[in-house]
This record gives sequence, C-alpha cells and structure tokens, in this order.
Amino acid sequence: MKQESLMKRITGFRLFLPILCLLLVLLVNLIQTPTFFKITVQNGVFYGFIIDIINRSSGLVIMALGMTLVVASSGGTDISVGAVSAVAGAVCVVALGTGEAYQMPYALSLLLALIVGALCGIVNGFLVAYMRVQPMVATLILFTAGRGIAQLITGSFILYVKPEHFSYLGAFLPGVPIPTPCFVALFLILLTWMLLRFTTLGMYIQSVGINRRASRLVGLNSKLIIFLTYVFCSICASVAGLISVSRTSSIDANNVGLYTELDAILAVAIGGNSLGGGKFSLAGSVIGAITIQALTTTLYAMHVAADQLPLYKAMVVIIIVSLQSPVVKKWFSGLKSKTSYSEPAKEAN
Amino acid sequence: MFFRRLLIERVDLMATGTEILKMRRITKNFLGVRALHNVDFTLRSGEIHALMGENGAGKSTLIKVLTGAEEFETGEIWIEGKDHPIINRSPKEAQQNGISTVYQEINLCPNLSVGENIMLGREPKRLGAIDWKTMNKKAKEALQALEIDIDVTLKLDHYSIAIQQMVAIARAVDISSRVLILDEPTSSLTENEVNKLFSIMRKVRERGLGIIFVTHFLEQVYEVCDRITVLRNGELVGEYEIENLPRVKLVASMLGKDFDDLSEVKREKTVTNGDAREKIIEADGLGREGRIKPFDLEVCRGDVVGLSGLLGSGRSELARAIFCADKPDKGELKVKGKKFNAHTPLDSLKAGMAFLPENRKEEGIIADLSVRENIVIALQARHGMFKLLSKKEQEEFTDRFIDLLNIKTADRETPLKQLSGGNQQKVILARWLLTNPDFMILDEPTRGIDVGTKAEIQRLVIELADQGKAVIFISSEIEEMLRTCSRMVIMRDQEKVGELSDDDITQENIMKAIAGGQAV
Repeated sequence: MKQESLMKRITGFRLFLPILCLLLVLLVNLIQTPTFFKITVQNGVFYGFIIDIINRSSGLVIMALGMTLVVASSGGTDISVGAVSAVAGAVCVVALGTGEAYQMPYALSLLLALIVGALCGIVNGFLVAYMRVQPMVATLILFTAGRGIAQLITGSFILYVKPEHFSYLGAFLPGVPIPTPCFVALFLILLTWMLLRFTTLGMYIQSVGINRRASRLVGLNSKLIIFLTYVFCSICASVAGLISVSRTSSIDANNVGLYTELDAILAVAIGGNSLGGGKFSLAGSVIGAITIQALTTTLYAMHVAADQLPLYKAMVVIIIVSLQSPVVKKWFSGLKSKTSYSEPAKEAN
Repeated sequence: MFFRRLLIERVDLMATGTEILKMRRITKNFLGVRALHNVDFTLRSGEIHALMGENGAGKSTLIKVLTGAEEFETGEIWIEGKDHPIINRSPKEAQQNGISTVYQEINLCPNLSVGENIMLGREPKRLGAIDWKTMNKKAKEALQALEIDIDVTLKLDHYSIAIQQMVAIARAVDISSRVLILDEPTSSLTENEVNKLFSIMRKVRERGLGIIFVTHFLEQVYEVCDRITVLRNGELVGEYEIENLPRVKLVASMLGKDFDDLSEVKREKTVTNGDAREKIIEADGLGREGRIKPFDLEVCRGDVVGLSGLLGSGRSELARAIFCADKPDKGELKVKGKKFNAHTPLDSLKAGMAFLPENRKEEGIIADLSVRENIVIALQARHGMFKLLSKKEQEEFTDRFIDLLNIKTADRETPLKQLSGGNQQKVILARWLLTNPDFMILDEPTRGIDVGTKAEIQRLVIELADQGKAVIFISSEIEEMLRTCSRMVIMRDQEKVGELSDDDITQENIMKAIAGGQAV
C-alpha cells in the first residue's frame, strides 16, 4: 500500500515524464557507448560527451526560457528567435570590427546587440499584444526578414573577429575548466526564476495565459504582460546568438541559430508544458532543451552521419512526444488505479 | 448478489413505462473528496426527469460520468437494448449508446450552417460530395418535427442562444437518441424562450425519449417535469413523483434542513435618510455608444441598488460602464464626490470598486490557477507588480475567506476549475472582498448556483450594505431582487427608464415598469 502511494507520488510528479525521457536517452548511451559518461581533463578543461551536452545545450536552454514565457502568456510561439539571434550576433561582430583590436569596447558591443535584440522583441510584442496579430504570423515577419537584416548589417560577408578573448563567451575563460555558456545559462535560469518567484510576474503571466479577459477585470494589464514576454524572449534569443558567434569567432548570418526556433518550441513541449498557454514549468523546458541536445550528441556518438541526423532525431522525438501525450498519460494512470467495476453489493432490504 | 438482482427485476416489473437507463451504485472520488457514493438513478421512456441538488451534491459529476466526460470507479450503467453494462469513455461513445447532451454552452459549431450542424458526421453524399440539397431538406424536416421553423442555410451563430439550443435538441433527437440530457438549458433564456423550449421538450417526450433536466429553477421543474431525483453530498436522497413532492419538501430535501431557507432572508428596511449618507457613485450622463444610452445614477453607502430589466436591456452594460470594463465614451463619473476618469479596470479597482462579472467562466475564474491565487490576485494587482504579497499573508487571507464564506475545497492550492460552480463564485466574491471595496457591482452572482448558496450570497449582500458598502445588484430573478434591494433601477432597450424605492418595490410595479409603464 505504502509502496503504491510512493509510486503514485513519483509518477504524479509534474516533471516525471520529462526527466524519464532524458534518462532514457542517456540510458541508450550506457549500452551503446560505454565511454559516454567519461569525463577527462585535457588542456586544463573538462572534456567528454556529458560536458559537450551541457555546453552545447546552453544556447537552447536560454532560448527555451524565453519561449516558455511567450507560450505561457499568449498561447502562441515566437518563431523569430533563430533570426533574432543572427541579428544580435551580426550587430555584435560588426560593432567590434574585424581588426586586430576592437573598434568599440567589448561590453558596449554586447549591450548594443542586446538592445537591437530587444527592439526585435518590441516589434513582435507590439504586433501580438497591441495589434492582436496571431503570434505565429506576427513573428513570421522577423523570421523571414531577420536574416535579411543580419545580412544587411554584415554586408553579406562572413566576418571574423580576431582578438582571442572574443571566444571566451562561447568557449572557456582562462583557468576555468567549465565552459562559459554553462555559467551564462545558469545565471539566466536563476535570474528568470527569481523574477518570477519574487515578483508577481509568474502569477500574472499564467493568469493572462489562462484567461485574458478575467485577468483584465482583476486589474492586470494583459497587453503589457504579453508584450514583456516577447521582449524577454528576444533578449534571450540575442544572448544565445552572442554565444553562438563567440563559439566560432565569426558571424555567418545564414547559419547562426538556423532552425533553433523549432528546437526551442520543442524544448518547451518536451518539458511537459502546454502549448496552449497558462501553467508552465521553467525546469521542464530546461530539461527539454538538454534532452534535445543529449539526443543530438548521442546520435553523433553512435556515428550517425550529420545529414541523416534530423531523420533519427525526428523518430526519437515522436516517441518522446507520444510518451507525454494525453492518451498515454491516461493509460499510465489507468495502470495505477485499476479498480474493478463490480464492488460486491450490499444486501439491501 | 443473486437476491439483489432479483430485487431489481421486481422493481422493474412494478415500474410504469420502460426503464431506458439505469445507473446503479455509482461511486466516484475526486482527489480524495467523495463526489458520488452509491448513487442510483433511473430514467424511463417518455418522461422528463429533474435532477436536483445543491452545489457539490454531485449532479454535474453524475452527468459527466454518464456522458463519459469523467470516469467512475465503481458501479454499473445499463441502457435499454444492451445485455451488459456500458462504460462511456467519451461523449462520442455515449452518443453511440444513445445518450445526447445539450449544454448551457452550446457545443455545436457556430460557424457552420444550421443544416450542417444537424447533419454533421451524417452528411448525405452524392458521388462522394456532400449533397447539400438533401442535407438541408433532412435538417429542415428534423426541425419541423419539433415545430421549429428557421432557415437552415444560415450560420448557427446567426441565431440566439435559445434557437441554438433547440437546434442542438433537434440534432440529438434526429440521431435517434433515447436519453437526452439538458444541463442548465434555461439559464440564459428569456421567459418566452423558456416556454418555447418547454413545448419542444414535451414534444420530445411524446416521441418516447427520456429527458434528464438539470436546473436550479424550482418553478421550471414543477412546470415541466414528471419525476425528481434529489442528490445531496454525493448521495441519493430519493426519487419522487412530482405530485408527491411539494416545493417546500423539495427544498428541504435538497438542503437537508426542515425549513425554507430563502424566506429567512429579508432586508430590514433601512432608515432612509438619504441626504446624510455619503454618495459613493455619481454618474452624470455616462454612456457608451451602441451599448448603453447616457444615464444618471447615484449610489450611497448602505444602498443595494438593483438593476432590473430583460436580457439585453442594458443591465450589464450599465454596470460595465461604471467599472470601466467597457470604457464609457460619454458623460462623467464621480467617486466619493471626486471626478473620476478611469482608463482601465485597474483604475476602478484602485478607486475602491469591485466587479463580479455576469459570465463566471469567461470573465471570472482563472481556471487553472489555485484557489489561493484566484483570491489574492485582485489585491495583488492593486499592490503592483513588484510588491508580492508574502506567501504567509496569501495563505492567511485565503484561509480566512475559505472559512468565512464556507468555501468547499480540498485544499487552498486546489485548481479553481475543480470546485463546483457555487464555490467558484464564492472564490470570486472572496477575491473582491479581500480588496475591501467601498462599491461592489454584482452581476448575476447567483446564476447557476444552488438554493443554499443563493441564500448565503443574498445574506452576504445585505450584510455588506449594513457595513456601509454600496452595492449594485443584478439578477434575472425578481424575487431575489425584492429580498435584497433597497432601490430598483428599471432598464429597457439599453436605457435607464426609471427608479423605484421603498414601498414601491413590488413585483407588479417592476413588471409594469419593464413592460413600459402604461401597460397593466
């Protein structure tokens, strides 16, 4: 009896399925690639598949944070995040210049990139919240125009940044064995969590996402809240873009953040969040993002060719998503409480 | 076991009319709260059977179990023509078993034509394409069988809620259902529409269907029903022939008390010394184009002002203009003597107003949020985004109101959607009371709520007025207004047409005023 209730508590835990999915992906490696979990030290930094997963998933984790809030508040998705990250990357690189020394201070360039990113969010947010354009359509504008803007900024060239410490953001800080993106992601997770926990924003965003009209009548500014989530989402996308350009010390406006909008949406879904808006779990989305990267890394470790990767990835995603579908969930809960429909009758007189 | 079976069969033989639906010993728990316990329900062909009970008595749950919207734990459902118990896992399966439901919120497709809605899923085909002519003809026939004469090629949302319900009923009858469930169908209908609905229900009865009628209106039960089943606290109280159960007894059996709870609520006539009291609300020519014509209105401390009028007369629109739920575009509003210019509901909230909207589901509850969050959210909105009320404060407030208003919930963290309608309404009342308003607008606060909670809410309104709050009270039930209001504003065709006070407030006077004054 006690065991059953423990089982129920575990399976009833909101993040049970997202975590289960991640563990299943990792389990495959245990069998297929025994060296998968080995972490070595090379050149003074940690090295290994696990480190690679955490490192490479950082950008996606950051994007997923913003996407989670957008989905929660508006019940729609921001499909421009990939393009926005390219714009931010382009702004940063062009501001720094391609010379031996930066033509604009490093910090100022980052800030400029974030401001331009936020501007993109303002456009999205304005269209969705104030003009009431459908989120998919509103963000489609920057989805298509964004890369054009980025090309315009870079003059359609692939630009390289020469000073070595530009790569610190996307790789390692000297003397620190853990990749920098991990710290950035961790910092943003904490920042977002605190923002939601210690202000009313968490409750407001859910409330607006669940019932926009009722929220207005209790005095919430529904439009402003939706607007803010889109701005936040674009800022997150910009940070991810900066990490991405720093990794290669270059900007290729056509490829930075390509298709990441789809991964970001997928991360939110795999995290067990409803794409219809309302209740959300940040932790779920973070786990979702890591799961996607774990999957990619796993497939590489199994020597799947890069051009076939999307196919295998899609197959696994189908399994993960259907694992979390209402039908399967219902079947799960059916297993838990299988009581018969024929309780012995009382002899009534 | 054997004896029991025998017993049931004996009862079968004794019953008049064939039993088309039998639910036996249905039990369902909901997060540890007992929703239904060993409930029996029997429906015979050719009868209209009222299902009555207070909030949380288990009416909705029983219907949901029957229609497959919820699963039940133990018990059996038998339907005529099947030699084994059925389990409906979805509304569709229930429909295949001959059980159709018409909800208060119509579950048809508003953007399809009436004909399409009636024939949906059974469209007549010709050469693989839909045969529109035959389809519309068949739909028309289905409607005419119930003496409903409308153009079937128009979109469903072209018609009023009443007609839409009738279309839903026609569809249910046409797909050869045997059991028709009407869940609170009359809540948003005018009296004429209700009468029309009843005549259709009687026609459906003649065709041998069994109708389960869920409603809160006692009068309607006695007008149209043959039998009544009463539930209380998830258990069966009894099944009665209508002539054997006078109103007082019905109310008593629903409440489990031996008195008419409602008659106790009666407002002591306040000493009307109008001029001395502080004016909370003064509207001067306030109006909104196309919604409510300019009106003047004063509400003082201790007033309960009723807005009376037919549906669409501008009752809600007047209230919404004052609260700025729909921003007025004409006139002037003073709050406590000071000119007040609101742009959003938040401004009104900050000025000490509260607004309980008519449409609980769409504008009131935030379904997935917890009881606690739903209660504190308005106060929190007034405090501002960055001044989060501490967890301890929030829990204290919530517990206080759960206690004060006697809200039945498993926990303060339970999602609001899991509470029954009446308890949801209490949570929304708590939400506004927590902001300690001077002025409250209550638009249909007792709609779709059982008798017991109704009386509680009416009593609360009077109490609030005695504490010096100003209240605007809107209700479709004139009796309820007579009991609670100290002044009555009469609305007709989006216009305020008159006011009654003190001894002039009688049912007759109100009727006359609504009808146009000169009519008898």
